[in-house]
Amino acid sequence: MEKIVIIGAGQGGFQAAASLRQEGFEGQITLIGAEMGLPYQRPPLSKAFLKTGNADALNLRPQSYYDKNEITLLHAYVDRIDRGAKQVFAGDRSIPYDHLILAMGTRNLRPPIPGLERALDLRTLEDAQKLRDTLDRPMRCAVIGGGFIGLEFAAVARGLGHEVAVAEAAPRLMSRVISPEMSEQFRKLHEGLSTQLLLGNPVAQVTDDGITLANDSKIAADLVLLAAGVVPNTEVAEKAGLTVSNGIVVDRQLLTEDPSISSLGDCCAFPDPVSHKHIRLESVQAATDHARLIAKRLVQGSDAAYSAVPWFWSDQADKKLQIAGLAAPDDASVMRDDGAVFRFRGDFLCAVETVNDAKTHMKARRQLADGSVTRQDILSFHAGN
Amino acid sequence: MVKVTFVQADGSRADITADEGGTVMHAAIDNDVEGIIGECGGSMMCATCHCYVDEEWADKTGARNDGEEDMLECAADDVKPTSRLSCQIELTSSLDGLVIHLPSAQV
Repeated sequence: MEKIVIIGAGQGGFQAAASLRQEGFEGQITLIGAEMGLPYQRPPLSKAFLKTGNADALNLRPQSYYDKNEITLLHAYVDRIDRGAKQVFAGDRSIPYDHLILAMGTRNLRPPIPGLERALDLRTLEDAQKLRDTLDRPMRCAVIGGGFIGLEFAAVARGLGHEVAVAEAAPRLMSRVISPEMSEQFRKLHEGLSTQLLLGNPVAQVTDDGITLANDSKIAADLVLLAAGVVPNTEVAEKAGLTVSNGIVVDRQLLTEDPSISSLGDCCAFPDPVSHKHIRLESVQAATDHARLIAKRLVQGSDAAYSAVPWFWSDQADKKLQIAGLAAPDDASVMRDDGAVFRFRGDFLCAVETVNDAKTHMKARRQLADGSVTRQDILSFHAGN
Repeated sequence: MVKVTFVQADGSRADITADEGGTVMHAAIDNDVEGIIGECGGSMMCATCHCYVDEEWADKTGARNDGEEDMLECAADDVKPTSRLSCQIELTSSLDGLVIHLPSAQV
């Protein structure tokens, strides 16, 4: 194998390139990104960056790293993959590959809300810079979406003295990823910060004066932020005839049905090692662990199946929410006296949600990696904590 | 500016300078020092910026922060009394000349 091409220069695409070199791959690596500049980390965009505006601190590595490791960075938008000829087309350029890694990530979901073009996004560095520039004087902010990004922004904006309202269509915060008990803890946190929470009331319209909710109530705002989730960038894969179902479908080794194409991170749907159902995760952990597994397979010939325990985090004001494992919204939950929440699917532990409690979080990662931990194991094991 | 020396597991050394107020992790990444990954960007969610503070400097860099000890559990290499997450060591003028030893693996 001589030429590996990676489409997508986010954290997963970058890690694939870095891990290929680390594993000893000596051929050509081309990392194609649609955004200008060096590959950077997105998580701080809704956290530290909004406060400091320090873009240099986001770079995953300096330019010298790419030069030294002979990783070719290409700023281009890929329009087409020719699987027969094993070539990627970007504008008038064609790039041949022996193996192709699809790491295109996601883009903001744009619900069909009239006037949504007035809303700002918080997805790319450019978005974050624009948002930060707009917040140069006291503002009334309305956030569409009470998930991680919307709430992280809300906490920072309140900290900077702006007025903030968050509208969430679901009846509770972060409902897709955390338990009702943890949603409640964060409702109290944000209400304590004097953020107005509008739950179970979808946004019907964005106007020059703010937002209008489904029940016709109006929230005055100078700035509207769209943070209603993301959709995977799968169009190029779909056009190339690869199977797409909530992400580019891959097997346990993160290979698509084409043996010359792998996919990783936010844009791929991979078999959950626990449930064996295909899932798609939006996380640094999945993107980088996927990348390392693919690099080991391509360079060392490893046939290991992907089995990493998922983890997520969100910083909101002085609270660090940490999640180990993966729970569905209807999985059972048990809250410990200190607020930690244990999630169970049937009798087995599937996730643990903690706030400012790295000890329990790490314990949970270990237990979930060991597997088959029951409700009884947990209640006795964590009781002595 | 603060001078920091990174010593790789194989003994090779890199002398770099970095701004005060940044962290040892960022200093390593910005200066393309191998051996520090910093996967979570300094959020204390991983231990891929694990380092050993040179014993002569251990007092000056101080004690581990809240939660740091727990995250060190997932470090790939041995955790020693001088082990720190380099994202939690802020560079100040009193750390000018700091010597940091790097582990043989981060993942």
